[in-house]
Amino acid sequence: MALGVALKRMDEGSRRLLALALSLVAIWAVFQVLTGGLFLTPRNFYNLAVQSSTVAVLTIGMVMVIMTRNIDLSVGSILGLTGMVIALLQIEVFPADAAWNWPLTVLLGLALGTVIGLWQGFLVAYIGIPSFVVTLAGLLIFRGATFEVAQGQTLSPFQNIYRIFGGGAAGSLGETASWIVAALCAGIAGILIMRARRDRLLLVTTALGIAGLVAAVAMFNAYDRPRSELGHGIPSTILILGCLAAIAVFVMRRMPIGTHILAVGKDVEAARLVGVPTRRVVLKVFAAMGALCAVGAIITTARLNAGTTNLGTLMELNVIAAAVIGGASLDGGRGSIIGGVLGAFVIQSLDTGLVLLGVSSSMRQILIGFVLIGAVWFDRVAARHR
Amino acid sequence: MDRLVEIEHVSKLFGGVHALENVSMGLSQGEVVGVVGHNGAGKSTLMKVLSGALRPDGGHIRMDGQEVDIDSPITAHHLGIEMIFQDLALLDNLNAVENFFLGRELTRRVFGVTVSDKRRMREIASRALAEINPNFRNIDTEVGNMSGGQRQSISIARAVHSDTRLLIMDEPTAALGPEETEMVRQLVRRLKDQGIGIFLIGHDLQDVITLSDRIVAMRGGQVVGEVAAGSVSEDELLGMIIAGRCPDHGTPGPGARA
Repeated sequence: MALGVALKRMDEGSRRLLALALSLVAIWAVFQVLTGGLFLTPRNFYNLAVQSSTVAVLTIGMVMVIMTRNIDLSVGSILGLTGMVIALLQIEVFPADAAWNWPLTVLLGLALGTVIGLWQGFLVAYIGIPSFVVTLAGLLIFRGATFEVAQGQTLSPFQNIYRIFGGGAAGSLGETASWIVAALCAGIAGILIMRARRDRLLLVTTALGIAGLVAAVAMFNAYDRPRSELGHGIPSTILILGCLAAIAVFVMRRMPIGTHILAVGKDVEAARLVGVPTRRVVLKVFAAMGALCAVGAIITTARLNAGTTNLGTLMELNVIAAAVIGGASLDGGRGSIIGGVLGAFVIQSLDTGLVLLGVSSSMRQILIGFVLIGAVWFDRVAARHR
Repeated sequence: MDRLVEIEHVSKLFGGVHALENVSMGLSQGEVVGVVGHNGAGKSTLMKVLSGALRPDGGHIRMDGQEVDIDSPITAHHLGIEMIFQDLALLDNLNAVENFFLGRELTRRVFGVTVSDKRRMREIASRALAEINPNFRNIDTEVGNMSGGQRQSISIARAVHSDTRLLIMDEPTAALGPEETEMVRQLVRRLKDQGIGIFLIGHDLQDVITLSDRIVAMRGGQVVGEVAAGSVSEDELLGMIIAGRCPDHGTPGPGARA
């Protein structure tokens, strides 16, 4: 009873996040049983986290793009091109032993992603070409450019320090630092909760979140590094994801542009009439999307320790699916950053679990396709009942 | 003394068609000027030019005798021009405070980052809304879930709370019940007393006659003529709107028919 009352009092967004988190736990539990205990091993959990990170980072940007009532079909190709350019510069162009090599190539990669985003945002916002068309063209242009830059070859290896970004054995925090980070996060969450209204429901959800965090860190620490008794700890990719998601949530909730993004997506003409710089808002969102693609490229290339021409191929589909599962409305004006990140974990968990069950890649596509429809269907039904 | 606003020979073309052709009219402080005409007569287009939503293709606009270039809604806002739109221009997915300050958010700096000053915006918006509509509640509710009267209150409060000098009201009572319509009438009189100049666009001619000092009729993008509200009948106004006939006691414009 008390739970029912509490659920009724929750706003729509929080209820959806709760539902997503519960679905994720349910998915994990089902796969744990079906695979006979293979799914939630420290090793698989760690890899799941690292693999989800790239999709989740891109989903942060995609949620914002979708909130402005646009779409970006080119994210996989932008990731491919920026990754390949970073690989080419770091491995072929700049001296392999120079200390400035990796920082410079990372900066150039981020700059390239941002410039591509600005270009597409310019076409959408200032020239008025629909984003579907601009980014469909981008999907082709940047994938083609990736092949042209690479001349068909695979480039390897990257500098050692660069590989930290990939979340492998070198790219993890270690046990002690992981607990410190967890304690810091819990502390910050605690302070924010205290400053906000004293809401018992909020306290309970925060407590559950902190419990989840502790469990996750325990899992990361239980996965030992190769030939060692020491645990991996939190992978760097999760740290990157966490920081970017926190920044995005801050921008959406605390900065004027967050409100402007929602306004532009709902009714661009009304927003313009009252003085929202609608075109600049869309331009900035696409630029952020491009930069996030570059971050995804850095994570992916560092993890693979190679630049290949098919980096990020078809990734846009998982990213859009994650954003939609996370509650982004393609009608614009609605969406959730945290929801999108959870959506990315849902998609990646399904994929990984089905792989462990020996399901073929074609069957996996079919099943995940149905899950996407199911999630949105459920949403429509739930919306009608409110 | 210079007039508050002087519109001089403004024209606007939409794909070769004159939406506005050589339109001139003026407005003084504390004056209410009604603008009437059919749909497509150019009233809304003219007001959008004044509020910075559209750029004119020709002509000038002066405020206090100085020529101004109203190139965006924000420029208009800085000049003290506010508009209450016919469809209110509210965003259904935002709450009352967010709508109130949309595009002109109050900010503060925190560690060099510009963030919305939510507390101050909430305070100011609740005060401004209570002034317009004492029954206003649910300031944190999305406006999509609000009644027409509450929505109108936000739109009005937003337009009059700042240093407004010129207020444009586009069909302000079209979506309202009798009680709320009366509220808007009283508001127009109050703002007039405060020295704000008001352009009032309306279909309800009796309403426009009651509230205005002068009335300008438009037809086919041109001004038919201008009459004193105290001496014009509804029939004469209809004659101006439909046939373009300016009565003898009025001042004919470029669009007047003999």
